[in-house]
Amino acid sequence: MNYVVGIDVGTRMTRAVVVDDTGCERGRICQETGARLEVAAQQTLEELCVRHGVDRNLIVYVASTGYGRYRVPFRQIQITEMTCHAVGALRQFPGTRTVLDVGAMNSRALRIADNGRVVAFRMNDRCASGAGRFLERVAKSLEIELEQIGALSLRAQDPQPISSICAVLAESEVINHVTAGKPVEDILRGAHNSIAERVVALVRQVGAQPEITVTGGVTRNAGMVAALEERLGSCVNVSADSEYAGALGAAILAQQRWQRLQETPSSPERATA
Amino acid sequence: MLVAGVDVGSTGTKAALLDENKKVRALALVDTGANVVRAAERAFREALAKAELEEWDVSFTVGTGYGRYRVPFGDLQVTEISCHAKGACFLFPQTHTILDMGGQDTKAIRVSETAEVKDFSMNDKCAAGTGRFLTAAAQVLNLGLDDLASIASESKKPLKISNVCTVFVEQEIMMHLAKGCAVEDVLAGVHSAIAGRSIALLRRVGLEPEITFTGGVARNRAMVTALEERLKVKLNVAPESQHIGAIGAALFAWERAAHGEVGKTRSNSNGPAERDQRRSLT
Repeated sequence: MNYVVGIDVGTRMTRAVVVDDTGCERGRICQETGARLEVAAQQTLEELCVRHGVDRNLIVYVASTGYGRYRVPFRQIQITEMTCHAVGALRQFPGTRTVLDVGAMNSRALRIADNGRVVAFRMNDRCASGAGRFLERVAKSLEIELEQIGALSLRAQDPQPISSICAVLAESEVINHVTAGKPVEDILRGAHNSIAERVVALVRQVGAQPEITVTGGVTRNAGMVAALEERLGSCVNVSADSEYAGALGAAILAQQRWQRLQETPSSPERATA
Repeated sequence: MLVAGVDVGSTGTKAALLDENKKVRALALVDTGANVVRAAERAFREALAKAELEEWDVSFTVGTGYGRYRVPFGDLQVTEISCHAKGACFLFPQTHTILDMGGQDTKAIRVSETAEVKDFSMNDKCAAGTGRFLTAAAQVLNLGLDDLASIASESKKPLKISNVCTVFVEQEIMMHLAKGCAVEDVLAGVHSAIAGRSIALLRRVGLEPEITFTGGVARNRAMVTALEERLKVKLNVAPESQHIGAIGAALFAWERAAHGEVGKTRSNSNGPAERDQRRSLT
């Protein structure tokens, strides 16, 4: 049996998904990226093989995506995260027409056609407002674990507004709320609402159509999903698999490409694969 | 007569004590932290201790900075813009433009001959081009804030830092380092990026010399050099640059006290009588 791998080297996490030659998922993994992207990619692949009992020599094709996609030395192809998230989201939720990818540094809104083609696209390219890093900073300034803030925010009685768009200036605002004796839950909900507002603005720019599927690392955070749903005024598709949408999309595209290459035997890529 | 100015900034809280001849008697600096009220009190007491004076010696106190309304012993609040203008023009009478670079705010201020604020511009939307940019760089590189300038000045080939966002720049720095770029070149790039942002602010108010550089970042030699190279003009930088807002506040207090106004630290206490009483007890 042959395997193909999709690897998504993000600013904070590197995720990989392995599928077999029929396109069925065989395993997944998520590790911190750190500063050395090549090392992160290599280690993630090795760990994926070890954990899921995949023979490295049977991996015939690798597609990389994410901001570090050009720094994956063992890739056969690199694909933009936009395309991968669209394909991954569509596999996970076939009714998807809008994808909202909220990562550590970047948030993207994509409108897609029913075949997965991206029709419109917007992202926060200038600054970290409306991205996961905003929450990381808030969590840090409140001295609360990142994993806990979502659940805490859901207990808010009176959400406190955070008016700064800037993740750095928002920190001082959080400290001001703390000094004023505001409950942590209310401050956290305010922070989640602030990001939701920024992200939903991106969604409106692409012209959202149901169903809306949320992907990216921030989907781990139930409070963020709730804040997004409140802002959008509608439910969103999200599951435990959502953070892997990019890597899954890359794996699916890799598998399709591998298949095509098999059908055209003269391709030079086959020999190297 | 003794007057006080307390400048509660986002990162540091500064206090200045001036005597009747407008001579600086003491300066103090503490971290603001989360408790703004306590920071103001600590800075004030530290300055008093340095001058070997007591709070009832202070005739009038002016609070400034973002936490100015939280200075419990403040008799009057004046914006940091007016205070920086006042302080800068006092130390450098030919000042027409002021660049105040603090922990989170960068402000460009244009003043008249009489130290009156004519125009100002600041980074109100985000932390780009502020001291926070340097703090972020120091954190990523695991260096002390005070080491940055000397390391940056060793650079032969400054890198171009393309990101404006403080959060994004952390990632960019990590990428440059992972690629094997020299720390000094990265740092020189960071300084140059901040200089670029603040010069844009200065241009909005008009770049009329002399330019006085105030705020905590003015202590950073590499920042001064980066600005001077781009502006092609020398900047006025005082050794007490970080305290110029507090000094300006104290000068406003001096004006009030000179008109005979008496603030609460003096009027609320029994003054020397209480001191004598306390001494007799001990």
